[in-house]
Amino acid sequence: MRYLPHTADDIATMLKAVQIDSLEGLFAHIPQDCRRRETLKIPEALTEWELNDHMDALAATMAVSPEYKVFMGAGSYAHYVPAAASFLAGRSEFVTAYTPYQPEVSQGTLQAIYEYQTLTARLLGLEVANASQYDGASALAEAMLMAIRVSRKKTVAVSSAVHPMYRRVLATYFEPTGFNIRELPYLPDGTTDLGPLKDMDDLGGVAIQSPNFFGCMENLEAAKQSLPDKKTLLVICFSEPLAYGLYKSPGQCGADIACGEGQSLGIPRTFGGPGLGMFAAKMKYVRNMPGRLVGQTVDEEGKRGHVLTLATREQHIRREKATSNICTNHSLCALAAVMYMASLGGSGFKELARLNYDKAEYLKEALRKAGFKLPFSRPTFNEFVVEFPDDFRKTYQGLLQKKIIAGLPLVDFYPELKNHYLLCATETTARADMDALVKEIIP
Amino acid sequence: MKELNELNFPDDVRYAESHEWARLEGDKLKVGISDYAQDQLGDIVFVELPEVGDTFGKGEEFGTVESVKAVSELYMPVAGEVVAINDTLEDAPEKVNNSPYSDGWMLEIKADDASKIGDLMDNNVYLNSLKG
Amino acid sequence: MKEILGTTGLIFNEPLLWEKGKKGRSGFSLPRRDVEKHPVDKQLGGPGPDFPDLSEVEVVRHFIRLSQWNFSVDSGMYPLGSCTMKYNPKTNERQAARSGFAQAHPLLPQHLSQGTLKLMYDLEQYLNEITGMDATSLQPAAGAHGELTGMLLFYAYHKSQGAPRSKIIVPDTAHGTNPASAALCGYRSVPVKSNERGVLSPQAVGDIMDTDTAGIMVTNPNTLGLFEENIKAISEIVHAKGGLVYGDGANMNAIMGIVNMGELGIDVLHLNLHKTFSSPHGGGGPGAGPVCVRKHLEPFLPVPRVIKQKERYALSEDFPETIGKIHAFYGNVGVMIRSYSYILSMGPEDLKKASQLAVLNAAYIKDQLKGTFHLPYDRPCMHECVFSDKLQEPYKVTTLDIVKRLMDYGFHPPTIYFPLVVPGAIMIEPTETESKEDIDLFIESMQAIAKEAKENPELLHAAPRKTKRRRLDETAAARKPCLTG
Repeated sequence: MRYLPHTADDIATMLKAVQIDSLEGLFAHIPQDCRRRETLKIPEALTEWELNDHMDALAATMAVSPEYKVFMGAGSYAHYVPAAASFLAGRSEFVTAYTPYQPEVSQGTLQAIYEYQTLTARLLGLEVANASQYDGASALAEAMLMAIRVSRKKTVAVSSAVHPMYRRVLATYFEPTGFNIRELPYLPDGTTDLGPLKDMDDLGGVAIQSPNFFGCMENLEAAKQSLPDKKTLLVICFSEPLAYGLYKSPGQCGADIACGEGQSLGIPRTFGGPGLGMFAAKMKYVRNMPGRLVGQTVDEEGKRGHVLTLATREQHIRREKATSNICTNHSLCALAAVMYMASLGGSGFKELARLNYDKAEYLKEALRKAGFKLPFSRPTFNEFVVEFPDDFRKTYQGLLQKKIIAGLPLVDFYPELKNHYLLCATETTARADMDALVKEIIP
Repeated sequence: MKELNELNFPDDVRYAESHEWARLEGDKLKVGISDYAQDQLGDIVFVELPEVGDTFGKGEEFGTVESVKAVSELYMPVAGEVVAINDTLEDAPEKVNNSPYSDGWMLEIKADDASKIGDLMDNNVYLNSLKG
Repeated sequence: MKEILGTTGLIFNEPLLWEKGKKGRSGFSLPRRDVEKHPVDKQLGGPGPDFPDLSEVEVVRHFIRLSQWNFSVDSGMYPLGSCTMKYNPKTNERQAARSGFAQAHPLLPQHLSQGTLKLMYDLEQYLNEITGMDATSLQPAAGAHGELTGMLLFYAYHKSQGAPRSKIIVPDTAHGTNPASAALCGYRSVPVKSNERGVLSPQAVGDIMDTDTAGIMVTNPNTLGLFEENIKAISEIVHAKGGLVYGDGANMNAIMGIVNMGELGIDVLHLNLHKTFSSPHGGGGPGAGPVCVRKHLEPFLPVPRVIKQKERYALSEDFPETIGKIHAFYGNVGVMIRSYSYILSMGPEDLKKASQLAVLNAAYIKDQLKGTFHLPYDRPCMHECVFSDKLQEPYKVTTLDIVKRLMDYGFHPPTIYFPLVVPGAIMIEPTETESKEDIDLFIESMQAIAKEAKENPELLHAAPRKTKRRRLDETAAARKPCLTG
């Protein structure tokens, strides 16, 4: 086996040194009744070349671009990733390093994370960002637990236009805590109904997603005004951070915490993971933040360097009193994101955001002209909801045969939204493909 | 870390087993941590203190003190109400290392019963307890 | 020693990203605009982020220079205890990068995502077999996320029994994530000390186990590198009081094909795919922390679960007792692909051999360095061994000094000051992918450092000297946090 360097001679020499007569003998101290008797029943080893064929066959069954035209976003987006960014994220000095606990030999990872924190804070309009969470959903759950810690209250409110899966993860995290989650309904224009907030007591945090699950931009300034108590934190979450290249950032709209999914920033979709949990907050809350933080300092010679810092918040020091149990996070995804953001630059980021917007507007307009209903009137980013006629499910199935995935049926997540579909267009969506989609679905 | 004979244990304060000290100043008590405690912790980077007006019983946790790689709880040496906190520690926590009995003080309290300071150890008893 | 491995070479200084670049540069080929511009709502519109504009060459040089300041498994031995820094096979990267996997949308219709679903299903079966457990969820994104899932399973189980419990037993050798994960489920940790042999004694557990205790979290092999030899008796004690046993599988690399975790009485076990199953650590993730359970806990596993119906694979939500979702989609599929690729490349014999060689390497290091460094538990070790700096104390040399000096010799430091039960711990896990030559060089380097500690301790106090940066001022970093530039 090419990963196991020991020759028979090596094994014999080493066994002799430790005065044990066989490899099995190394385990003699394990009680007999704890030992496994039969060999592992898993497939026999494949050669590298057999493995290629096997994996190729599995991968070939998957419906992906360019063979398939996928008009689906809903928290996982198709974006071009520059070859340079993918190449850099694949550098094995980054890929095969551990968490940078030994700063002298980890300055590469540390500076890159510091740069990720900085660009993330700038993108989200807040003062401090952590080194990453697992995904948008766990970032939201951790944000709401943080809001509870900071406010010392026991209830949070969450918009029903927050990604349904994020809300489910939040519910899982909250189940054993005894804290309450109240849901805010959405209005006919596709944004959150803030009205119920005024009657809610003991609110530690309010979570609004913008752009929300329907692609609609929320009225965040109004949300800030609607907070019932000055101790209540406004948590703005997102699944498509590219939107902040066009629209105001969460911080500019008054967010205390901004969190969400950063997969859009140069990370392949890979069936939903790994993604990137992004997490930023106001500096005054830094000691209540979950996750790792990299800070700038100097070495013994006074030269600038970076270290993990404020670690006393974390589990390896504070154990059961830690702000979170997170240890391994999504560091390499954060590096991919900073490489992507650096490649685009501020100018490229804005232009790309605008192009995403215009593509989606083009498709929206074409569908409107074709006579389909767009139920929500609010401005959107790169996805939006369409209400199709009653028999559309059949058309949708027919389109699958033609290798077109005409968005995501919303009825599975919102039973009242029968015949409503969430469609997405990004810079990867060609005008010709949008025209073809519209042509195919005109009755 | 220093040897015990390199550390300073003034006789105008009284010491708790959990290494806080208290000193009677007028009708108030000042509270901080001992030279031994700061030395054990190493470079202190953050002190979390309660709010003025909070009240604590003897032995109750009133805050935490952090070094780079450790956190220790702070316990009330005498029951009472917090009337002042040393908010200069927010920007200069190193004062606790440099002058634990003066600039590095943490709380000023109005004791429920100031005479309870007598229940704490004097410097000789404290030093002996450290020698253990 | 023939020659010290660590040397110096030409590396580059490199400023922060925003200290370079100029407006007007770009590192991105903007896709062709084939649609018209559409007006944007003025009230909602924003200025966009303040990022530097850099050319592609600037971006590439920047991150290549940074990468050269890192130590990595691909450059040298990385013997971090309880982290299993084994070699990360390159074919795994190739498999995960296949467009069919990497470009797949998670909400694709299921008949259009059969390949990934089959891979996930089969990986679950392999992990069931390797651990001896009955069912697996791949959803948790990391080890600590797996622990949280496990604690949620405990909580759901006790609730279903009609009697939620409030405490959990956590040994003093446990990783900090254990109590932190338990706390998220409202459990109060009750510590239990390991005995003079470095393992848990049934009596110590029996003394504190009661009917308000949800169970115990055990890392086996533990963080001293020792097999918890009383695990069966301990499981019986915990089960007798209606509790459950959680296994932290961080150290699974020692026992693949050797120990059947299910038979030890463990009810829930998490694995770290990024340790035992060779997916890279990525400078701190992403990993994956699958949770394996025995039959009685299967109904509570996270949803959706991958099921097989005839020859089709599907995602099913039809598990009414589930704890719910723990990840937005299905977990870190990219990591699963790498570990699946690893398991298929190894096969049953070589997986077992990997564990044997991991233990052999550790046993050999323990034997060769015994006497040079203090060995607090001189007993047969598993895949890692724990020394301390006790013998170096007279020279005022600490564990920190020793491992910083080790950097100059060309090795990544072991895990230090953990587990907490050994003051000044030096925890060495070589893994099976290090050759005898490299292990010997490591041993010689450690011996040379011990000699230096005696003869010229200043060399250690001033170490490292060959790295990009000397020791960093962590106190200043924490006192005046500078977290963004």
